[in-house]
Amino acid sequence: MAGELPFEQPLAELQAKIEELRKFSAEKGIDFSEEIARLEERHARLQEELYRNLTAPQKMQIARHQQRPTTLDYIGMIFDDFIELHGDRLFGDDPAVVGGVARLDGMPVTVVGHQKGKDTKDNILRNFGMPHPEGFRKALRLMRQADKFRRPIISFIDTPGAYPGNAAEERGQSEAIARNLAEMAGFRVPIVCVVIGEGGSGGALALGVGNRVLMLENAIYSVISPNGAASILWKDASLADRAAEVMKITAEDMLQLGVVEEVIPETRGGAHRDPAYQAGLIKEALLRHLRELSALSEEQLVEDRYRKFRKIGVFSFADPDNGT
Amino acid sequence: MSIKDIFQKKRRYATITSEKAKRDIPGGLMTKCPKCGTILVTKELEKNQKVCMSCGYHFRLGALERIQYTMDEGRLLEYDAGMISADPLDFPGYKEKLARSAEASGLKEAIVTGEGTIGGYPAVVGVISFDFFQGTLGSAVGEKIARAVEKAMEKRWPLIIFSTSGGARMQESILSLMQMAKTSAAIKKFDAQGGLFISVISDPTYGGVSASFAMLGDYVIAEPGAAFGFAGRIVIEQTIRQKLPDFFQTAEFNLKHGQLDRVVHRKDLRPFLIKLLGMHAAPAERGAAHGR
Repeated sequence: MAGELPFEQPLAELQAKIEELRKFSAEKGIDFSEEIARLEERHARLQEELYRNLTAPQKMQIARHQQRPTTLDYIGMIFDDFIELHGDRLFGDDPAVVGGVARLDGMPVTVVGHQKGKDTKDNILRNFGMPHPEGFRKALRLMRQADKFRRPIISFIDTPGAYPGNAAEERGQSEAIARNLAEMAGFRVPIVCVVIGEGGSGGALALGVGNRVLMLENAIYSVISPNGAASILWKDASLADRAAEVMKITAEDMLQLGVVEEVIPETRGGAHRDPAYQAGLIKEALLRHLRELSALSEEQLVEDRYRKFRKIGVFSFADPDNGT
Repeated sequence: MSIKDIFQKKRRYATITSEKAKRDIPGGLMTKCPKCGTILVTKELEKNQKVCMSCGYHFRLGALERIQYTMDEGRLLEYDAGMISADPLDFPGYKEKLARSAEASGLKEAIVTGEGTIGGYPAVVGVISFDFFQGTLGSAVGEKIARAVEKAMEKRWPLIIFSTSGGARMQESILSLMQMAKTSAAIKKFDAQGGLFISVISDPTYGGVSASFAMLGDYVIAEPGAAFGFAGRIVIEQTIRQKLPDFFQTAEFNLKHGQLDRVVHRKDLRPFLIKLLGMHAAPAERGAAHGR
C-alpha cells in the first residue's frame, strides 16, 4: 500500500507486520497461519472502523492526495477521441484548466475541468490547479462552443481556488468568475458537473453551475479553504481541522444542503486506490444524468438550472415593524 | 411559489425616509479623515455626502445614507424588510455576531432592497451596508438580491446595486458560495430579458460579491479610491511574497486595467445615474423626467 495518509498509519503498520510474518514463515518453514489469520482479522476490523466514519479533515486529506486521479486521468478513462483545445483567444492558455471535445459512449460532448499536477514539477506547470482569468475564459470559450453546437457540457471540479495574485487581479479574476457563473446559467445544453477532489470557493463554482452537480464521496466543497477560514476566524491556520468540521465541507453535507444531487461512492480508502473502477462509476452516473436531462427542452434546461440554484439558501424573517 | 405570491403575501413595505436615516447616523461633532487626518465638522462632512473636504477621501456609507444621497427625497419603498439571516450550519459564534452587526448598523441584514425614483426615473435598488457583517453575502442577502432582480424583471425597471462587501459569509459556508451562482443566474435572466443593470462599487468590494453580480453590470462604475478585487491584498502579498503598491486594487487601478467603465466622484454619482437612466428610458420619458 503506497501513499498512506497520516491517519492510515496504524493500518499500514499492521499490514507490514502481516507481510513480515508471512515472509518469516516461508523462509523458516514455521507455521504462523493462526497468528496471520488473527492479524488479518484485526486488519479488516480496523479498516472497517477507519473508513466507515471518516472525519471531514480525513476526507480533506484524501481529496488532496497527491495520487488522486485528476481531470485528465478521468478524461482518458471515461471518454473516447478526446481532442484537447487550448487558449482563451484573449491572453493565453492556462494549464490549470483543461478542456476539449470528446465522445461519451459515442455522443459528442464538451469537457472542461481544473487540472492539478501529478508531481511537483507538473504542479508548478499547472499552478496547483489554481486558474488565472484566462483559465476561466478558456473554459467559457469551450462551453460557448458547446452551446452553439448543442453538445452537453461535462465539467470536473478540482481546485484549491482561483489564484490570488497580482496578475490575476490585473486581468480581472472577479470578472472572469462572475462571467462564467452568469453564462453557465444561460446555456441551452445539459450541464453536469462532478466535484472530483477539491471544490475550492469561487474558482470551483466558476465551472460548477450545472443542471446536476455530482460529488465523489471523499471530495470536499467549501467557500474558503479550512486553513483560510481558521486563520480568519480564529487567527490560527493550525485550527484547519476544526474549521473543516464546523464548515460542513463533505459530500454528505452537500447532499443535505441541496448543493449536489448525488454522491458517487469511492473505492475504500479513496479514488486513487482504483482509478479505473472510479472512472467507471463516474461514467455510469454521467450517462444516467445526461439521459434524464435529454428529456428536457432548451428552455426547460435553462429553467431547471435556474431553479436548482435559486432555491439554495436558508434565511428567516423578523417582524418588519418591530425594529431589530 | 411564484414571485407574485411572495409579494402578495408580504405587502408590509416600510418607507425609509431621510429623517430616519439621519437619526441612524452616529453623532459626534467632529470627524477625523482616516486618510489625511484633517479634523472635519461632521455636519459639513454630511452635507458634502461624506467626502473629505480636504483630500476627497470617500467615507464608507451605510445603506441608509446611500439611499438618502441617491434616491429622490431620500426615499425607498423597501422590499423584504423583515428578511434576516438564519444560522443553518449552527456555526460557532454566528448568532452573536449577527446580533452585534444589527446593533452596530441599525439594520436587520447587510442589504436593503426596494424601489424608488432617481431623477424621476423608477428603479429597483439594492444597497449593501458594510457596517452590517462587513456586507458579506449570506443566504438572506443573496435571496434579497435575487428577489430584487425578479422584481425588476416583473416591472421592467432598471436595477441598480451599490456593492461593498468583504465577500462570502464564512459562517454560512457553502450556502454563501452558492449565493454567487444564485444572484448571477438571476442577473443573467434579467440580461436576457433586456434589463438594464448598473453596478456601483464602493469601498471595499471583494471576493464573493466582486466575483458575481457586482461585475455583471451593463455598466460597472466605482467611487474614487474604492478598494476592489477578488482576493484580499494580504492574501496576495502572502502568496507572492512581496509588498504591493498602494495603488493596487483601487478603483483607479481597475479602471487602468479595463475592469471598470468609469470612476465617478460621489458628488457626481446621482447626476450620472440620472443621465444614464435617461439614455435607457422609453422615448416618451426621455428628457421628460430629466432635471426633476
